[in-house]
Amino acid sequence: MEFYRSHVLVCTGTGCTSSDSRLLISGLRKELKDRGLEKEIQVIETGCFGFCNLGPIMVVYPEGVFYCRVKEADLKELVEEHFVKGRVVQRLLYREPGATVKTQEFNNIEFFKHQKRIALANCGIINPEKIEEYIARDGYFALAKVLHEMTPAGVIEELKKAGLRGRGGGGFPTGMKWDFAYKAKGDQKYVVCNADEGDPGAFMDRSVLEGDPHAVIEAMAIAGYAIGANQGFIYVRAEYPIAVERLQLAIQQAHDLGLLGKNIFGMGFDFDLDIRLGAGAFVCGEETALLTSIEGKRGEPRPRPPFPANSGLWGKPTIINNVETYANVPHIIRNGWEWFASIGTEKSKGTKVFALAGKIKNTGLIEVPMGTTLRTIVYDIGGGILNDKKFKAAQTGGPSGGCLSAELLDTPIDYDNLIAVGSMMGSGGLIVMDEDTCMVDIARFFLEFTQDESCGKCPPCRIGTKRMLEILTRITEGKGTPEDLNNLEILAKTIKSAALCGLGQTAPNPVLSTLRYFRHEYEAHIYDKKCPAGVCKALLSYQIDPEKCRGCGLCARNCPTKAISGKIKETFVIDAEKCIKCGACMEKCKFGAISKG
Amino acid sequence: MRSLEELKNLKAKTEKGLSLREDTGKPTITVHMGTCGIANGARTVLNAVLSELQARNLTDIHVTQTGCPGLCYLEPLVTITEPGKNPFVYSKVSSENVKKIIVEHLINGRPITEWLVNLEK
Amino acid sequence: MGCACQCGSGQKEDKFEFIDRVIERYKGQEGSMIPILHSIQQKLGYLPEDVQAYIAEKMEVPLSEIYGIVSFYTLFSTQPKGKHKISVCMGTACYVRGAGLILDELEKELGIRVGETTKDGSFTLEACRCLGACGLAPVLTVDGRVHGRLTVDEVDQVIAEYKDKE
Repeated sequence: MEFYRSHVLVCTGTGCTSSDSRLLISGLRKELKDRGLEKEIQVIETGCFGFCNLGPIMVVYPEGVFYCRVKEADLKELVEEHFVKGRVVQRLLYREPGATVKTQEFNNIEFFKHQKRIALANCGIINPEKIEEYIARDGYFALAKVLHEMTPAGVIEELKKAGLRGRGGGGFPTGMKWDFAYKAKGDQKYVVCNADEGDPGAFMDRSVLEGDPHAVIEAMAIAGYAIGANQGFIYVRAEYPIAVERLQLAIQQAHDLGLLGKNIFGMGFDFDLDIRLGAGAFVCGEETALLTSIEGKRGEPRPRPPFPANSGLWGKPTIINNVETYANVPHIIRNGWEWFASIGTEKSKGTKVFALAGKIKNTGLIEVPMGTTLRTIVYDIGGGILNDKKFKAAQTGGPSGGCLSAELLDTPIDYDNLIAVGSMMGSGGLIVMDEDTCMVDIARFFLEFTQDESCGKCPPCRIGTKRMLEILTRITEGKGTPEDLNNLEILAKTIKSAALCGLGQTAPNPVLSTLRYFRHEYEAHIYDKKCPAGVCKALLSYQIDPEKCRGCGLCARNCPTKAISGKIKETFVIDAEKCIKCGACMEKCKFGAISKG
Repeated sequence: MRSLEELKNLKAKTEKGLSLREDTGKPTITVHMGTCGIANGARTVLNAVLSELQARNLTDIHVTQTGCPGLCYLEPLVTITEPGKNPFVYSKVSSENVKKIIVEHLINGRPITEWLVNLEK
Repeated sequence: MGCACQCGSGQKEDKFEFIDRVIERYKGQEGSMIPILHSIQQKLGYLPEDVQAYIAEKMEVPLSEIYGIVSFYTLFSTQPKGKHKISVCMGTACYVRGAGLILDELEKELGIRVGETTKDGSFTLEACRCLGACGLAPVLTVDGRVHGRLTVDEVDQVIAEYKDKE
C-alpha cells in the first residue's frame, strides 16, 4: 500500500452527489496533480457523513478538518492553502448554528458529540468501494468467528441475549425471527434484506448501503449460516442508483476474495447473494408483499400466518430483516451481547439511526442510543428550528407513525414509548415541523400518500382511506362539519382493526395522533374556518395594511390575476373575489405591508 | 478466502494506511509548511519523514502539517508531540537529520537537545 | 437513456430483437419478470401494448399477468415520456419545505399538469416519492440529475437549462 501524508474524504452519498461532489472529486484530483501532490495526498470517495444539508462535504485527515459546501471554484485556494501551505481555509469550515467561531475539529461538533455510531460506524470513514478498507476495520471477522467458533443455535442465542429488535418498523426481536426459521423444516431456505425504504423522509438504509455495503453482506451470510440458508436476496428501491451500484461492486469483491460463494473460509459453508430492484410500490416494504415482488408478481401482501419464517419466498422458510438491523449484527457478534445490551433502554437495546429533516437547522443522518430524548435530537444535534421559530411537532414513523407534540420533547425515544404516545419507531424518519406547518394538512398529506399506495386488495384500506381522505380534504377546504371529527375516529378504528397488512393497519395513525395532540387545529378549520398556520389556501385571505403600504404598486404589477388595484402613493387594496391566494404580492412587498390570515 | 489467517493478513496490510485517519493519542510529527518553510525545504523534509517512517514500519506515528509559527529564520521547523508531554520543536531541519531525530527522539526517547529551538534565549 | 424514436435507420437493432435478447439473458431464472421489464423499459422508454403482448407470447404467460405487473408498479409506464423528465420529490421533508409550491410553479410554467407531457414532447412532469435527499429539500430531478434547495423563483432557470438541450 502507498503511504500518503494526508487523506481527503469526499462524501459521495446521494445528498452530496446531488450537490455535485463528483465534479469536485475530479477537480480536486486534477488540482493536486497539477501541483505534483498526487502521491502525497489521497482523495477517497466515501459514504454519507449524515450532514447532507452542508454538502458537498470534505474531511481532511489526520487533522480531522471538516469543510462544507465546497465548490469547484474553491478548489484552487483549498489546495494552495491547505495542502501546499498547510493553512486551514477558515471560510470553508463548518460553522455551528449560533456559534461565531468556526469548528475545525470534526469530533467536537455538537452534531457528532451526542451520537453513538454502530450501524453507521464505517459510513464516512472507509471507502465503500474497497473491500480491504472494510476488512481493515474488522470486517468479515464476525463471519469468520461464527463459522469457526459458533453453532447456528449459538448465533441465534447471542442475538436474543443482545436484545436486537427489527429496525424497519415493528421492532420484532431479531433473534426470535431467526430462531423460527432455524427450526422450520425445509431443504431450501432464504435470507432476504428489505432495502425498499419507501417512507417519505427516511434515508438511513440508503446511506448504509452507499457507505458500508459489506456490513449488510457479512450480516446476511451470518444469517444464512444461522438458519441454514445458502441464498440471499437484497430488495432495493430502483430510486437508489448509487446504492445499487455499490452493492453490486461489493458483492463482486466479496466473491473475488471467496467471502461469498462456495466453501467460505474452507469451513464448508456456501452462500450467495442476488440483488432485486423494486419498481416503485410502497406496499412492497411490507414483508409478504416484498416476497411476492421478488417472485416477479404484483407486490400484494397476503394474510399472516403463515409467517415468512415458515413459508416465505416460493413457500420456503425465509427471514427478512431491514438494512439497519443487519448492519448491527457483525458488531454484536464481534463485541458480544453484553456490550450491545449495555446500550439503550430496558426493552430497546442499542442505537437507532434517524434521518433528521424538515424545518431543522442540521438536517442529516444521526445515530443515537435508544432512550435519547427528542429534545437532545432536535436542539443539541439538530441545532434547533430553522429561523429560530417555535417547535410544533416531530413526525416519526412516516405514513404509519404519528406526530409528537412539544410536551413530549423530554420523552426518551424507544419502541415502547413511541407506541404509548400514539406513534411508532418506523424506519426512522424524523421530520420536524414548526409553527408554519398545518397539522390537518400534514394528516391529509399522509392519507393522500397511503391512499395512493394502497394496493387495493382489502376494502378497509382501499375504501376506508379514501373516505378519510375525502373528509380531510373537505376540512382543509373549509367545508368541514362537526360530525367529521367523529366520523374520522370511527373510520380510523375500523381500518386499524380490519385491514390486511401493516400498510392499512397503520394508515390512520397520522390522523389519530394529530387529533390527539392538535385537535384545536381541526376545530379552528371547522368552526372558525381558519387555518392557524396559514397553509390551507381556501381558508386564507390576504390583506394590505394601510399603515405600512407606501403605494409603490409593486404588488399590483406582480399580481397574476390583477386582483390588486390602487393609485401610486396611495394605499392599494386586494379584491378577495379575484385573488387566487398565490402569495406573489406578499413575497414582493418591500415594506411587509401584506399579511395572510 | 480459505482461512482466517488470510483475512488477518489482509487486515494488517490495509490497516497501515487507514490508521492515518484515526485520532488516537499517538505521537505526531508536524512539519511546519508555511510559505517560508516550504521555501526553506520543508517539503523535502516531509518526504524524508514519510520515507523514514515507512522504511522502519512505524505506522502508529501521525504525520501532519501545519502553518508557520512565526520563527521563519529557523525554518524548516518540525514539531514532535507525544501524548502527555510538552511539544519539542526542532529548527533548521534537513532531510539528513530527519533520520536521527526519528531514531533518537521517537524510538530511543532521547530528544536531541542541541537541535531544539530554545525559546528562553 | 434509450432511444424511443423508432427512426428506423436500419442499423439499429429492431426492438423485438432486443426483447428476445433480454428474455434469453434471464432464461430459467425464477422471478425474473420485473428485471426483464426494467431492462426493456430502460431501452424503449416505455412499455406499450404491443411490447407487452410480445413479452407475454415469448415468456408463455397471459398478457393479463404482464399488464397486471406493469400497472401495479409506478415506475413502469405505458405512455411515451418527453425528452426530459422532471420529477418533483413529494416526500414529507420536501413537502413541509414547500415542494407543493414548486410543483404549482412548474405546472404554470410548462402549461401542463402532473403526469402530462408538453405538446412539443420536451418535458414530462411527475411527482415522485421520497428520493432520500431530504437534506436538500425541496428537491427535484431532471433526467436523474438532482436540483436541491430550490425556491419558486429558480424554477424557470431550471427549465431554461434543459429547454434546448438534446
